[in-house]
Amino acid sequence: MQLYRNLTIRQKQIVWAWAFLALPVVFYTVIRFYPTANAVLISFQDWNLLGDRTWAGLDNYAKLVADPVFWQVFRNTFAYLILGTPISLVISFIVAYHLDKTRFMHGFLRMLYFLPFMTSAVAMAWVWRWFYQPVPIGLFNNALASIGIPQINFLNSTTNALPAILAPAVWAGLGFQIIIFMAGLRAIPRSYYEAARIDGVSTWTVLWEITLPLLKPTIVFLVVFSSIGFLRIFDHVFNMTTNNPGGPLNSTKPLVLMIYQTAFNSFDMGYAAAQTVVLFLVLLGVSLLQLRILRDR
Amino acid sequence: MRLNRLKTMAFATTASAAMLIGSTASAVEIEYWQYFFDARVKAMEQLIDNFQAENPDITVTMTHFPYADYRTKVAAAIPAGEGPDVVQLFYGWLNDYVAADLIQPLPADTFPADEIDAEFFPMVQAMKEGDQYWALPTAVRSLALFYNERLLEEAGVEPPETLDEMIEAARAMTKVDGAGNVTQVGMTAGMTAQDHHWWREVLVRQFGGEPYLDDYQTVNYNTPAGEAALDFYVGMADGDPPATAFGFMDEPQAAFKAGRAGMHIDGSFRIGSLEDTRGLKWGVTELPANAEGMRSNYSSYWVNAITTKAEGEKYDAAVKFMEYVTSDEAMQIWLDVVGELPAKPSVGMTEDNANDPVFGPFIRGLEYANTTKFANESAQRQILVEMVERMTLQDMSASESLAIAAEAEQKLLDEYYADN
Repeated sequence: MQLYRNLTIRQKQIVWAWAFLALPVVFYTVIRFYPTANAVLISFQDWNLLGDRTWAGLDNYAKLVADPVFWQVFRNTFAYLILGTPISLVISFIVAYHLDKTRFMHGFLRMLYFLPFMTSAVAMAWVWRWFYQPVPIGLFNNALASIGIPQINFLNSTTNALPAILAPAVWAGLGFQIIIFMAGLRAIPRSYYEAARIDGVSTWTVLWEITLPLLKPTIVFLVVFSSIGFLRIFDHVFNMTTNNPGGPLNSTKPLVLMIYQTAFNSFDMGYAAAQTVVLFLVLLGVSLLQLRILRDR
Repeated sequence: MRLNRLKTMAFATTASAAMLIGSTASAVEIEYWQYFFDARVKAMEQLIDNFQAENPDITVTMTHFPYADYRTKVAAAIPAGEGPDVVQLFYGWLNDYVAADLIQPLPADTFPADEIDAEFFPMVQAMKEGDQYWALPTAVRSLALFYNERLLEEAGVEPPETLDEMIEAARAMTKVDGAGNVTQVGMTAGMTAQDHHWWREVLVRQFGGEPYLDDYQTVNYNTPAGEAALDFYVGMADGDPPATAFGFMDEPQAAFKAGRAGMHIDGSFRIGSLEDTRGLKWGVTELPANAEGMRSNYSSYWVNAITTKAEGEKYDAAVKFMEYVTSDEAMQIWLDVVGELPAKPSVGMTEDNANDPVFGPFIRGLEYANTTKFANESAQRQILVEMVERMTLQDMSASESLAIAAEAEQKLLDEYYADN
C-alpha cells in the first residue's frame, strides 16, 4: 500500500491501466498465443495424439514440400480465393449500389439478401448438395432433364466441383458484404453528387471518380475480410463432400480440410501443425499484401 | 417433550448422515464411453440396466460422443485421470491404445486366454498378447447382400447366388429414362460405403488373388487378379443397361432405403435402420460366390477394454461389467437391438440365429470372413475411392490406377509400421 502511495499520478494511471488490461492480456496469452506457439512447436515434432511427442526436426516440412496432394490443395485454396473474392465483391457492390437507390420494399429486399448470411452453413451446404445431385433427386439436373438437356456432373467431376461448391459459399457471404457496402455508400456526402450533377457529369464518371474512390476504405476492409474467409473455407466443402471429403480426387480440398484430415483422421499432429503454420503464413502474407496495395496514401 | 423432540431430530440427522456415508462407501460408480450410434446406445442402456439390477452396489454411467470427436476425447481424458473406466474402441486402434498406455490387460483369472480362444470367433485373437487379452468384443459384424423384394419381383429375378447372377439381376432392375439418365439402379456402388471392404477382402480373393501379405503389412493386389477384380467392379457401371451408376442418389444406402436400388452390399449394423423404413420390403442373402463357388467376407468389430484410469474398487467393478458385456446374454441383446452378431459361435450359431432370415446370411458369412488389419482405415479407404475415381472421371486404365493405389497404400503401411 505504501508502495502505491509513493507513486506519481502518472505511474498510478499506468498501474490502473494494466490492472484493467490484465484480463484481456491473460485471455489472449492463454487462449491465443500459447496454442499458437504450441502449434509451431508441434510442427517440428511427431505426435499421434496418444503417445509421446518426439522431435522430428524439419521432417514435417520436407514431407509437405514433397507431397503432391499438398500442392493440389494449395492450388485449390487459391482458386477459392481468386474466384471467390472478386466475384462476391462485384456482385455485392452491384446489388448494394442498386438497392441503395431503391425505395420500394427496401427493408424487405435487404432482409432477403441478408438471410443466407444468417443461415447455418451446414444446412445450406446440404441443401445445395442435394440440388446438385444427378437425376432423379437433383433439382438442377431434374430441371435440365425435363427440358431435354443432358445432365451436368456438378459435384462428381474434377473440374465442376470446385465452382459448384464455391457458388453457395459466395451466396452465403453476399448479405454481409451488401450491408457493409450500403453503409459505405450512405457515408459519402450528398454534396459531392449534387456538385457533379450541376457540372453535368455522366453517371459512369460519378461512379469512377466519386463513389469508388470514396468507398476505398470499405473495399479494403471487405477484400481483406473475404479473402481470409475464402482462404479458410471449410464447412461448405466438408458438408458437400462428406463421403469423400475434398473429392473427387482432391479437386475441391482446401488447406483447412487437409489439416483437419491429417490431424483427426490420420492423427499425424506434427504434419497437421506444419500445414497450419503454412496456412498462417499464407494468411499473413496475403493480408499484408492487400493492405499495402489498397491502403490510402 | 421439547427435549425429546430435539433428541429425535438429532438422532434422525445422525442416522441419515450415517446412511449417506454408508451408501457412498459401498456404492461404486464407473463410467462407460462409446461413440454415438442410436441402436448401440439403446442396447448399452439395456445392458447397463440389467447389470445394475444384478449388482445394485455398482452404478454405470454411459457417455457417448459423435464418432468424429471420439478418439480425441478419449486421448485427452484418460491421461488427465478423467473419462471412462471401460471404453469402447475399434479393433484396429488396439496397438495405438496399448502404446499410449490408455488401457490395461484384462485379468487372466477372470478372462483366461485359452477359454476365450476356444469360445470366441478366431479373429478376436488379434486382441491377445502372450496369454492375456487386452480387450473383448460383444459383437462382430460382417457383410451381406440386401435386396429389395418388390424390385426383384417386378423384374422377375431371384436373389443371386453368384457374381454373374448378381450382374444379370441388377441389369434387369436398372431403369433408364428416354434421355439415357439412370433413374433406378439394379445395384448400388460406391467405394465410400462398404464396397472397399467388398473389393479388398472379397472380390480380389474371388478373382484368385490375396490382397495383402505379411500380416497385412504388404500390399499384394497389384496383380492380374487385382486388375480383374477392379475391372469387374468398375465395369458394373458399363453396358446397356448398366448394373449400377456410381454416385447415384448421393449415397448407396440412401438409394436402397428410398427403394431406388435393387441390391445393396452393407454390414449387419444396417439392419436396424432398414427395419424402421416404411414401405420397404427387403431381404438379405450371403455375398455372391464366384463361378467356382468360392465365397469370402469381411468382418470387423468394436471391443471394450478397461482403461488405466480404473483402480481399486472401480477396477473390480469394471471387471464385473466387462464380464457382463461379454456374456452370452449381452450378446443376444446386442443382436436383437443393434443387429450385430454375437462374438461367440456358441451364441451366434444357435439354430434360431443361424436360420434367421435376416441374421442368418451374416452369421454364415462369419465362417469364411477375413479381417483386414488397418493402419488407418479412412486413409486406406480413400486410396481405393481414388483408384476408382481415376478410372471413372479421368479414364485411366485399370492397371495404371491399380499400380498408383498399391504404391500409395504400401507407402502408408510402411510409414505406420516404421513408427509402431
